[in-house]
Amino acid sequence: MMKKRKKRILIAKPGLDGHDRGAKIVARALRNAGMEVIYAGLHQTPLQIVRAAIDEDVDAVGVSILSGAHNTVFPKIMALLEEADAADILVFGGGTIPRKDIEALKSLGVGDIFTTGTDTAEIIRYLNKTLER
Amino acid sequence: MNKRNSSKGTRAEDGTYDSANAFHNLSGFEIKEVYVPEDIEQTEPERDLGRPGEHPFTRGIHKSMYRQRPWTIRQLGSLHSPSEANERIRHLLNMGATGISLCLDMPTIMGRDSDDPLAEGEVGSCGGVAIDSIEDMRSLMEDISLDTTSINFVSNAQSSVILAMFVAVAEERGVPLEKLTGTMQNDILKEYQAQKSYYFPPRPSMRLTIDTITFCNAHLHRFNPISISGYHLASAGAMPIQELAFTLANGFTYVEEAIKAGLPVDHFAPRLSFFFKVHNDFFENIAKFRAARRIWARTMRDRFHARDPRSCRFRVHTQTSGSSLTAHQADNNIIRVTIQALSAVLGGTQSLHTNAYDEALSIPTPRSEKLALRTQQIIQHESGVTHTVDPLGGSYYVEALTNQMEAECTSYFEQIENLGGVIPAIEKGYYARTINDAAFQYQRDVEERKRTVVGLNAFYETEETDIDLREPDPQFETEKISALKRLKESRDPALVKGCLDHIRDACRGTENIMPILIKAVKHHVTLGEIIGAMRDIFGEYREDFIF
Repeated sequence: MMKKRKKRILIAKPGLDGHDRGAKIVARALRNAGMEVIYAGLHQTPLQIVRAAIDEDVDAVGVSILSGAHNTVFPKIMALLEEADAADILVFGGGTIPRKDIEALKSLGVGDIFTTGTDTAEIIRYLNKTLER
Repeated sequence: MNKRNSSKGTRAEDGTYDSANAFHNLSGFEIKEVYVPEDIEQTEPERDLGRPGEHPFTRGIHKSMYRQRPWTIRQLGSLHSPSEANERIRHLLNMGATGISLCLDMPTIMGRDSDDPLAEGEVGSCGGVAIDSIEDMRSLMEDISLDTTSINFVSNAQSSVILAMFVAVAEERGVPLEKLTGTMQNDILKEYQAQKSYYFPPRPSMRLTIDTITFCNAHLHRFNPISISGYHLASAGAMPIQELAFTLANGFTYVEEAIKAGLPVDHFAPRLSFFFKVHNDFFENIAKFRAARRIWARTMRDRFHARDPRSCRFRVHTQTSGSSLTAHQADNNIIRVTIQALSAVLGGTQSLHTNAYDEALSIPTPRSEKLALRTQQIIQHESGVTHTVDPLGGSYYVEALTNQMEAECTSYFEQIENLGGVIPAIEKGYYARTINDAAFQYQRDVEERKRTVVGLNAFYETEETDIDLREPDPQFETEKISALKRLKESRDPALVKGCLDHIRDACRGTENIMPILIKAVKHHVTLGEIIGAMRDIFGEYREDFIF
């Protein structure tokens, strides 16, 4: 029987914002849950994030934004993935994102948004469930 | 509304609760059931506590503390646009704030102009003000008295440029530089360690910091050229004991560097200032301040041979803990902030910033920022805690905890020393690893309910009530970019080029860069252009991102 491929996740911090505590905690929690995690580090442009996602052949990209730039960054990432014919890569996010913006982001195709206070187990459950399909 | 109180408390509900862990503070120290005289028998009051205002300043840096010198009620005056920030500053001062902190937006923090492609979507972000040119500094400071208003610029890697703009505006307005008051945060070491807003490698960055300290030493005698900051270390996850040890070690590094640059210790040390965070553990916060004062005083006297008592005084600004605020049941944050603020006061802070309760969700509203300010006024004017100096001095618990924090610091100092000092420890990833581990441990403790966070992992409600949030201004970014483009087009390109060439030359050499920067900003050379020219010479710092 073929060994099941581990889930591969890219965690990225777009833009100039350096608040990376949450991104690194999520990265470590996902790794501890048995996923392969690539942390892209700080100050990534949407294009760099999409390229890394494709090059690294990931199943999902987790984008952390605390600067308020979510309404600029997510649409770009979604459009670039679409352009690159890589819309099958799941995009999810986290950070300081007001609830009223979350529905709009989801309608662009963003999987889910996990805001301040989320239990990492919830993110793990979400990825396990969504990526099984 | 279908609200349900689904938890009666962590202990009753959760069988896996580790009761032993309930009595550890945030630094992981085990707290005893009761503290008795034997716990502090090695403390010699004369030697270890002294009187307030006297070496080693454990009980406070002034003789009468808040009876004569109330702490500065310092609130955040920044908003996206310089003119709106100016209005907010004046509003806060009218409401009784006695000092102001100003944050910069992410592009300014990262040394980019508003029209830089990398700035897209972040102009005016994070409750910070966008500063591109001296024009912005002029409108930010309009009608604000520069010699009586204490402005704390939360500015780091770009401090030399922000200082140049501030000085240039003061000169235009005819305010003598020796009268300027305020603070430049200007602490680059903690940027590499935690906040990650650096541009150049540590060495040239340190040179810029020392240039600003030297310049202020010569011209801005009442201005604090640096605020050595533990706050950001703690926000990134460092435990209070690590915040204490790392901040002091950074402080000693700046002292060494300034001495190496030829400044006598008693010339610059009296104007060094610090910045701490107060988190949820009330007594741990208080002990942290007391230990900091004692270690700083002893080290300045014994290792750096400071003779001026002012060189030995650990002067500190404090902010309540942004990272302790919850998005869930945000009103609860009002209470967290109050308790934290009280601990800062009982710890003997010189200046205090209380966070607004809605900061886990957005930047503060007028209502939330007013409440944060009033919280301090109630503590200062109503609670009676200011009537006597260091009311907790002599408490068995507080003194024992102070001693323990001082002792634990030594082992961190040794670890850093063994790595070759603070800068080599940065380059070897020591801080990133240590702080990541502490942040992850804290998160795990919360998730495993070893630490109770009311409204988050206990006493939670399945449905959250929405609160009013401040809406961002969607037009601001476009307007700021067009104003900047107009400014750039109005300048003489040869003059701008000349200034930038001069800056590059100064970066190659060793002369103090401040006068050259002041001249450049007066010619409307922008912050992004100046940092760009510096980057040409200094290069960029790249770190391996670990998690």
